[in-house]
Amino acid sequence: MRAILLNRGIQALFVLLVIAGWMWATEVRGVSRLFLPPLDSVAASFQRLVSSGAFYEALKVTLSTVAQAYAIAVVSGILIGYLVSRSRFSTAVFEPVISGIFAIPLTLFFPLFILFLGVGVSSKIAYAALYSFFPVCLNTIAGLQSVEPRYIQAARSMGASSLEVFRHVQLPAAFPVLVNGLRVSFLICFAAVLGGEVLMSVEGLGRNISQSAESMNTASMYAWIVFVILTAFVLNMVVTFIENRAKEY
Amino acid sequence: MIDRPPAGNVAISVRNVTKRFGERGGSQEVLALDNISLDINRGEFVCLLGPSGCGKSTLLNIIGGLFPASEGEVLIGDKAVRGPLPREMAFVFQESTLYPWYTVIENFRIAQKFQRIPRSEWNDRAMEALKSVGMASFSKHYPNELSVGMRQRVNLARSICMQTPIIMMDEPFAALDEQTRMVLGEDLSALLAATGKTIVFVTHSLAEAVFLSDRIFVMTARPGRIKEIVRVEEPHPRSPDFMLEPRFSELRNDLYAMLREEIRRAMASLRDPQSGEAA
Repeated sequence: MRAILLNRGIQALFVLLVIAGWMWATEVRGVSRLFLPPLDSVAASFQRLVSSGAFYEALKVTLSTVAQAYAIAVVSGILIGYLVSRSRFSTAVFEPVISGIFAIPLTLFFPLFILFLGVGVSSKIAYAALYSFFPVCLNTIAGLQSVEPRYIQAARSMGASSLEVFRHVQLPAAFPVLVNGLRVSFLICFAAVLGGEVLMSVEGLGRNISQSAESMNTASMYAWIVFVILTAFVLNMVVTFIENRAKEY
Repeated sequence: MIDRPPAGNVAISVRNVTKRFGERGGSQEVLALDNISLDINRGEFVCLLGPSGCGKSTLLNIIGGLFPASEGEVLIGDKAVRGPLPREMAFVFQESTLYPWYTVIENFRIAQKFQRIPRSEWNDRAMEALKSVGMASFSKHYPNELSVGMRQRVNLARSICMQTPIIMMDEPFAALDEQTRMVLGEDLSALLAATGKTIVFVTHSLAEAVFLSDRIFVMTARPGRIKEIVRVEEPHPRSPDFMLEPRFSELRNDLYAMLREEIRRAMASLRDPQSGEAA
């Protein structure tokens, strides 16, 4: 209990330090309002954003983009991971290819997504789905490889079909590794959607950040950034909660 | 060399089974089993005994349809084995194959689901099998909460629960301490007497082979062949007193004499992989 209090205390201190540094820079050093507006103007802008309900449409667009991209990534990642793991040969061929592609900064190809799919939501879905596909797929492969062969052999000797072996043996055995992939993949998915929206889009949270910046409304930009941070914080809590529940099960 | 029991009484018939690993004709090719033929009768307890690496586990897996043979065939009754036969054979392996993410009773349910047993029978069959090895009170435990000996007892119970005429056992007691091993051996002998199951048992323990078997197939070092067949005339269930009889030690010593040369050859072939092949 004391350890938890100490942890929370240090974490709160860190947030206070950031706020204090901000106030020192704006009030004492007099940094230009264009770079760093005073905290109270950011707070006022944030309050307007929340009370006017202006956040609602943008949040809806961003969350639905994340949800669609993540669903595609999870389903295709597990499916392709499973297919690749079916033989030692295909694992040896494709696993290095997949992890090799993941090592490339895929942001490089973002303009291509805009070119092919336009500035609307679909380019963000495709881009984020592609990016977050990799951790799911790679962890599915790693997880399935970590399954003790004797467990699979025993299931086969008892008459299990391939689907039953997957559902009752391989998936639960690979689960701890797979869950890590799902988590990393979600964080990447959220980051990719936000990144894509900031770079080139017509709606969503990220679009509001870049729009505020372009119109030199720095206070509004910071207000949107704070809103995104809070959203990420809440989503992270939800993911952790689901992860712990899943691990218990 | 093979004594053929009367037809109709044969549970398992292995005909000219050869197994090679590695690419055919390649430099990595290893001959694991060389033209093995044997018959196992219904209700018989048979041991495959041989030095490490002689292919006894491979032979067990081929009989069970878990690996294909390179040449030859295995008949169960009059059916040729082409894959696992879950209604005919249950397996117990050296290490526990209970799934750690399921409780004991869930493991039994899933085994019967795999085996296509009607759902309504799952619980009764599971509890009956657990009772027969004295583990009924542990049905709600996870495998990792049990000791190694208890886990192996539950693995045995799962194979009983599957109600197959044949049980295949691949060094099931090798990871256990000697006392647990002896108690489980007695249980197994009692099970055989009570149910008339056919059991194929792989071991490298001489005492275990003599104590449990009706017949012992002594195998050569790689490539595995049947070197001798030793009969043990003693009705099941066998009691530990059997181990005190002079003929128990005699049989054990005979087996050792047969195996000694093979073990030396197996050790030599570990140093030089070619010599095992040339022999």
